[in-house]
Amino acid sequence: MLRFILTRVSLVIPTFLGVTFLTFLLIRLVPGDPIEVRVGERGIPPERLLELRHELGLDRPLWQQFLDYIGGVLQGDLGVSLVTRNSVFSEFVTLFPATLELAALAMLFATVVGLPAGIIAAVRRGSVFDHGVMGISLTGYSMPIFWWGLLLILFFSVGLGWTPVSGRLDLLYYVEPVTGFMLIDTLMAGEYGAFWSALHHLILPMIVLGTVPLAVVARMTRSAMLEVLGEDYIRTAKAKGLAGKRVIGLHALRNALIPVVTVIGLQVGTLLGGAILTETIFSWPGVGKWLIESINRRDYPALQGGVLLIATTVMTVNLLVDVLYGVLNPRIRHSR
Amino acid sequence: MTTPTTTGLPETLPAASPPVSQPPHPLVEFWYHFRQNKGAMAGLAVILLIAVVALFAELVAPHDPNIQYRDAILVPPVWQEGGRWAFLLGTDDIGRDMLSRLIFGARLSMMIGLIVVTLSLAVGLALGMVAGFFGGVTDALVMRFMDILLSLPSLLLAVVVAAILGPGLVNAMLAVSIVVIPHYARLTRAAVMAETNKDYVVASRVAGAGPLRLMLVVILPNCVAPLIVQATLGFSTAILDAAALGFLGLGAQPPTPEWGTMLASSLQFLQRAPWVVTWPGVAILVTVLAFNLLGDGLRDALDPKLKR
Repeated sequence: MLRFILTRVSLVIPTFLGVTFLTFLLIRLVPGDPIEVRVGERGIPPERLLELRHELGLDRPLWQQFLDYIGGVLQGDLGVSLVTRNSVFSEFVTLFPATLELAALAMLFATVVGLPAGIIAAVRRGSVFDHGVMGISLTGYSMPIFWWGLLLILFFSVGLGWTPVSGRLDLLYYVEPVTGFMLIDTLMAGEYGAFWSALHHLILPMIVLGTVPLAVVARMTRSAMLEVLGEDYIRTAKAKGLAGKRVIGLHALRNALIPVVTVIGLQVGTLLGGAILTETIFSWPGVGKWLIESINRRDYPALQGGVLLIATTVMTVNLLVDVLYGVLNPRIRHSR
Repeated sequence: MTTPTTTGLPETLPAASPPVSQPPHPLVEFWYHFRQNKGAMAGLAVILLIAVVALFAELVAPHDPNIQYRDAILVPPVWQEGGRWAFLLGTDDIGRDMLSRLIFGARLSMMIGLIVVTLSLAVGLALGMVAGFFGGVTDALVMRFMDILLSLPSLLLAVVVAAILGPGLVNAMLAVSIVVIPHYARLTRAAVMAETNKDYVVASRVAGAGPLRLMLVVILPNCVAPLIVQATLGFSTAILDAAALGFLGLGAQPPTPEWGTMLASSLQFLQRAPWVVTWPGVAILVTVLAFNLLGDGLRDALDPKLKR
């Protein structure tokens, strides 16, 4: 078991180094000298430019700069934002809980709706319900979510006035951030009104971000269930006279869940990518919106650090899913 | 190898009875299975329609997509109060005909899909083929690099590439192409690895075929099915991602009638004139859905394991 985990971890290390190198190159591929970008239009005397280049280590060979960068990264030093002058790492960490809260709820929404829909579709294969679920999920999978978000805002926020248009919390409330998760912070502060407000703000972004994963989960659950339902042990269980619900709920679902759990884990990339669009539409103060703003402000260190941290998050979750899959399914663990 | 003289079999076999029916040509068989999938047929019909409209945009579109009718600003669609027959789907905030812009947008989207799929397929195919055929260090190097690309969420990677290259339609297409290369590379590699050690490949290797011939003439034709499916689905990814980049301001720039860009530039009229936001989204959704339906249908028809 330990060997299996260690093998998986060791496979991730070169990928991590590669991503680090890619983000390191990123700032150098951007047209223009980083310092000239920083000082802007005014310009500075050439001797001062040389001085600054030396201070930042830009006059040293590329490989030395890369080693310095890696050394910094491993200590959590991702440089300083050009706009706010704050450490990129601390900016990311402040904003990340907002994205995480949104992504977690989106995944919860996708699972709570998608799993039962997929199961029922598989059990009633070929029925109207099955065709309906498959049609809707393919539509969801094809959805341009930035447009979907606008439609929902138009209908529920502007038309019916049920949900707020943007942000995380009404201006009426102020809650001291402790965990950064609004739902938890408001409860800890005992502000139930603020809790409801936060929940209201989450509903539409959650649906928008959860739409594509929902479609994936429903389709995956259906096909995994269909596969399992054709197995011999299901026939045996039915032949023993077990009730249909017990066969489906206990015997079939348990085995169908393995690929579904994996797919849920692998949606992290989709969620963090989709967060860029969702957060932009709903003015959600998370890392997705921050990245787009960094691009528009030409704040390349922020972009560089943010990309590296998001990639690290995705890699870590994929690694966890991989290991979890090995734990759940001994056949995988022993085959390598 | 097969010399039946020692086995005592007769030298001449009795004349085989004429076959009752010829097995159908693979294409005929494919079409038979494909035709039964109503969704895929609908997808194909929609794609053909969009393609024709895109090809003959100048003839089909009622107006020039960039002409601004000063007397017709934010005219609603014809079935709403205040709508005009001259502007079936209404006009935008500077009086341009929505329908005409959507039609020219279809041309852009189809072109984006075609270019992105061709580029990424060519590069991904080459990388996957080399990795799968040669194995070893080559394989490890190529696939690790693909892993790096895959560890970034696709839209984030596209955003970053577009940010480095600068906004614009061509750069957006490049960005999206780079993002999807790993999918083709992985698929090709898996297919090539499955084929490389089969008898027919070994036979032509023994017969003296060089690596290029083995890869392109012997192995490639047997790996095409999954790639066709992936390329079809690649159209939908390309159109969707390019529109998302356009929406974020990193893709095609106004006044280009790209669907995502159209959406972004009319955001402030969301409440006053919902149609300026609705139609480009509908166009994206319908096109992407059609390609996904077609891709699913192709997969079912091409993959014998899934045939019912």
